This record gives sequence, structure tokens and C-alpha cells, in this order.
Amino acid sequence: MAFKQSEAKGLLGWFDSRFPLIETWNAHLAQYQAPKNFNFWYFFGSLAMLVLVNQILTGIWLTMNFNPSAEGAFASVEYIMRDVEWGWLIRYLHSTGASAFFVVVYLHMFRGLMYGSFKQPRELLWIIGMVIFLLLMAEAFMGYLLPWGQMSFWGAQVIINLFSSIPVIGEDLGVWIRGDFVVSGATLNRFFALHVIALPLAIVGVVFLHIVALHHVGSNNPDGIEIKDKLDAHGKPLDGIPFHPYYSVKDIMGVVGFLIVFSIVLFFAPEGGGYFLEGPNFEQANGLKTPAHIAPVWYMTPFYSVLRAVPHKFMGVVAMGAAIAILFVLPWLDKNPVKSIRYRSWINKLLLGLFVVAFVILGYLGTQPADPTPTLIARICTLYYFGYFLLMPLHSRWGKMKPVPERVTH
Amino acid sequence: MNKKIALILAGLVMPVMAWASGTSVHLDHANINLKDKASLQHGAQLYMNYCSGCHATGFQRYNRVAVDLGIKEELMQTNLMFVKDAKIGDLMNNNMTASDGKKWFGQTPPDLTLVARVRGVDWLYTYLRGFYKDDSRPFGVNNTVFPEVGMPHVLQELQGVQVKTEDGELELVKAGKLSEEAYDESVRDLVNFLAYSGEPVRLEREAIGVKVLIFLVVFFFLAYLLKKEYWKDVH
Repeated sequence: MAFKQSEAKGLLGWFDSRFPLIETWNAHLAQYQAPKNFNFWYFFGSLAMLVLVNQILTGIWLTMNFNPSAEGAFASVEYIMRDVEWGWLIRYLHSTGASAFFVVVYLHMFRGLMYGSFKQPRELLWIIGMVIFLLLMAEAFMGYLLPWGQMSFWGAQVIINLFSSIPVIGEDLGVWIRGDFVVSGATLNRFFALHVIALPLAIVGVVFLHIVALHHVGSNNPDGIEIKDKLDAHGKPLDGIPFHPYYSVKDIMGVVGFLIVFSIVLFFAPEGGGYFLEGPNFEQANGLKTPAHIAPVWYMTPFYSVLRAVPHKFMGVVAMGAAIAILFVLPWLDKNPVKSIRYRSWINKLLLGLFVVAFVILGYLGTQPADPTPTLIARICTLYYFGYFLLMPLHSRWGKMKPVPERVTH
Repeated sequence: MNKKIALILAGLVMPVMAWASGTSVHLDHANINLKDKASLQHGAQLYMNYCSGCHATGFQRYNRVAVDLGIKEELMQTNLMFVKDAKIGDLMNNNMTASDGKKWFGQTPPDLTLVARVRGVDWLYTYLRGFYKDDSRPFGVNNTVFPEVGMPHVLQELQGVQVKTEDGELELVKAGKLSEEAYDESVRDLVNFLAYSGEPVRLEREAIGVKVLIFLVVFFFLAYLLKKEYWKDVH
């Protein structure tokens, strides 16, 4: 095959003749057609990328001074907070970033739910996103053990014990995960390895797939109509605009807006009212002293509530798993041809609104002790959570839909 | 859209209103001021003299305290460092071994570097003023917010002796070196020092935060104008 000289000149031309530089730039940024009617909810995808980069960079710098051993981990975190130059900032960026990641991802997922972004042809895109969510939960869970505080230790103990409740293989599985009969230095070492190498690699890889899939099918939009259906004479979508510069400049605005909120937490309330950094976690892990109340970090609590709502331990674990698993099949549960909530019936809107309420209540209850009244409320919300998805083939078609416009509204 | 936001808000507020869990002990407000250097210095003095014999502050260094609190190094070394051969750059550990502590008090006195972040300043302030005479306890005292506490009332010579009346109130029956107001003030200073020790960088963090926010707000305004300019031709 003959050498194909790039049209570009100079250094750029040299590179472009040997690497699809301009082609990639055009395909994914300068000529990638995005619908022109993105609203507020469309910031959270790029913000999730921003937080991912923040976690990786601050993570690298934390690793330089962190001591991944049961004897030294807790002290090394305080060493970072006090003796390492700007260590406190790096640490708070990482800890606040963890919570911010879930805030952004939950809003991103809710956007998908609202505008039907999981529906054909984006089923696989949604599933890849769910894989990212799962990996992210594993990443966060393992990262939370590393500071080796009381909540790190007992939270890990409780969650790993859940696996032990699986019949027959449970006990051995628990030992296999911990590398010991209780959470110990061995557990800390392997969680460190998974947290800093295995899972971040996997997350970056799957995020790449997520973007490849997105750019193949194209972005959805708040009207839930396909811009590729209406093309101009050059085959360009009539309602599309190139991602760069339009959305790159818009996302800069989104990024700075996010950073303002992020900085308010980071600099003025890094403990997040005890939800981002839990009080008991400022006490070193002690296997002989159980905290009065063990609560997972807030982003796990909706699913933790589902677990506690079921009176049987193993069935609770099954329910928790199902609460996440059911999201994977969402594209096949929704039978409504209309994608966006804007053109759906008031029943659809009401049920989605109630779903958000149930999810938030479950999240709040998961941080609280399991007293009778909260448990009852958690059970009602759990039933609603599953009912919403399992009955979706029926209720997604209830009520009168509004006519979907031909072109996007802007 | 507004309806949905209202629903989300309702969801956030509802669980809070649904029930109030009100069994916890009443805590008094510590009202500390991290900018009050004199208070912090007095707190450090009290801490080193009354607490540090049993409690380590093992994640914090002497010279960091000296610099942050405006105490001269010589002053620190001669008056506030009681560990033999301790250097100014050392971590603030103490002479008591963990096993001795366990033998003497039933459990090793905990490290207090981060205690303010674990318990909260109000808890500490109430705790240190909440000791009362109880002859059934090994050290003759019990505590309102920490029942069955294993610690003796180390500040008793300052506060005096309190008893718990039948309606649960504390009453001073034997005066100490300090008046009630002066004792409360001293405890406030001590708690202030512990709050400082929990996060020495706090004031610096907030000061930097203000500058960062000013920068970001200006940046946001410019980013908004840039976006507006670019989007002029999108109809």
C-alpha cells in the first residue's frame, strides 16, 4: 500500500500521516454532531469525566505518601493531612471527589431515565454505563477501607459478611475476599492493589467503550427524537451542531459551575456534614470495639436500605443485588415508543417522580439506625422501587401521550 | 420540570419530618473560636499539663503547634514538653505505654489528636463539665454524657466536686480553684485546642477557599460570556 501523505503540513502533517490525528479529532469533536437542544442535565456526562481525572491524579499523589498496612495506614493519612505539602488539599480533593463522582453519576443516570436515553438504539450504551456504575461502587467500597478508620473497618466487615451469607460457598467466599478470617492487613493490602490498579484500569477502559458506543449511535436529547432522521443536503443532521466548539465552550461553563459547588464543600465542609467523611472514621480501626451505629457512605445507602428492608439476611443480599441488576434490563422493560418524559403521560411523570422520592428516602434511611418506623418506610419504598421496574411493561404505556415534535425544540 | 424539582425537595424533607429521634443527651454549645490565639495557647497549656500524661497526640508535631499557636520554640520546649529527650520536631507521644494504660484504667487512654472530629466540640465541652461524684465507680466519678466512664476527673482541682441531684441536674458542692465561669472558660479553651489539633489546616483551608471561589465566580462569568458569543449563531 502506498504511503498516504496527510493534507496537513509540517509537524502536524508528519504525525497525521502516521496516526489518524485529524480524523479522530473530527470524528469525535470538531465534526461530531450533537443535538443543539441539550439542557442542564447534559452537563453530568462530561463532569463525570472531569471527576474521574481528578480521582486519578489526586490518587497518584496520595499513593506517594500512603502506607498500605494495618499498622501504618491511619497514621499515614494524618501524615498527608499535616506534614505533606498541600497534602490536605490532595486528600480532600480525593475524598470530596468520591462523593461528587456519585452525585454526578446519579444525576447522569436520572437524565437517562427521564429522556429515555436507554432506549433503542442506546441499549448497549446504557448497559456499558451500568458496568461503569458497578465498577465505581466496587472502587469506592475498596477505597473506603484504606484510611483504616473505624467505619472503614466495620463497614468492610459488614459488607463482606453479606457474601458470607450465601449458602454453601459463603464462608469460603468471605475468607477468599478478605484473605483472612476477619478484615485485616491482608484485606487492606489487596483492596489497595485493586483500588489503585485493577479497578481504575477497568473503569478507564469501560468509560472509553461508553464514549465509543455513544459516538456510534449519537447523543439523545431532551426531546427524545433522533436528529439523524432529518438531514440537510450534505447529510448533516438539521438539528445537529458540532460538539467542538459549541459544547466544548458550554461544558467549560458547566465545569466552572460544578467547581464552584465542589469548592464550597471542599474548602468549607469537607466532612459533608458527616456524610462524606464519617465522624467515627477519624478513629483508628479497632477490631475489638464495634461502633454504636455502622452506616455505609451515603452513595451506597439506597441499596443498603433495600438489603435491610428484607427480613431474611440472604434474601436481603439477593434483593440488593436485584435492585442493581434490574437496571441492566431497563431497556426491555420500558414499552413506550415515546422516549422523553416531556411527551409522556402525567401518570408516567408522577410514577417517575415518586421513584425519585422513594430512592432518596431509601438513601436517607440507609444512614439511620433500623428502628421499626424507618424499617416500615424502607419496606414501602423498596416495594415501590421493584414495583416501578417490574410493572414498567404495563405502566410505561398508561395514560395519554403528547404528540412528539418532528424537530427538536430550542 | 418545576413539579419534579418540588417532588425531589419533598422527598428530601419528608424523612426528616417523619419522626424525630430524641433520646440523645443534651449537649451545651462550646462556642470555640479557632482564631483566638490566647485561647488556643491556654488550651495547649491545660492540655499538656492535665491530659498529655495519659493521652498521646501522636499524629501532631510539637513544632507545628508552636508555629500555629505563636508559641516560641524555647518556651514550648521548657514548659510544654514533658517527654524525656523529646525533640521539637517529634510527634506528641507520651510516656505511658499502652499496656500500662490498660492495666491502670481498664483500657488504654485513646489518642486525642482527632477526638474533636470523632466526638464533636459540643460533646467534649459537655463531657469535661459533666463529671459528678459516684462512689460506685473505680475513680469515684461518673459522667453525664459518657456513663460508666473509665477516666478519673483530672480537672477536679480546678472545677471542684459536683453531685447529681434527683432531677438529674449537676450541682457544685465543693468549690475548686476556679469559679464556675472561669472553669467553663478554661474548658472552652481546652476544647478549642483539641478542635485545632483535629485539623490544624482549617483556617488556612477556609482562607484559600474564599480566594478560590472569587476566582471561580469571575471565571464562570467569562465562561458564560464566551458560551453566549459562540452560541449566537445557533438557532
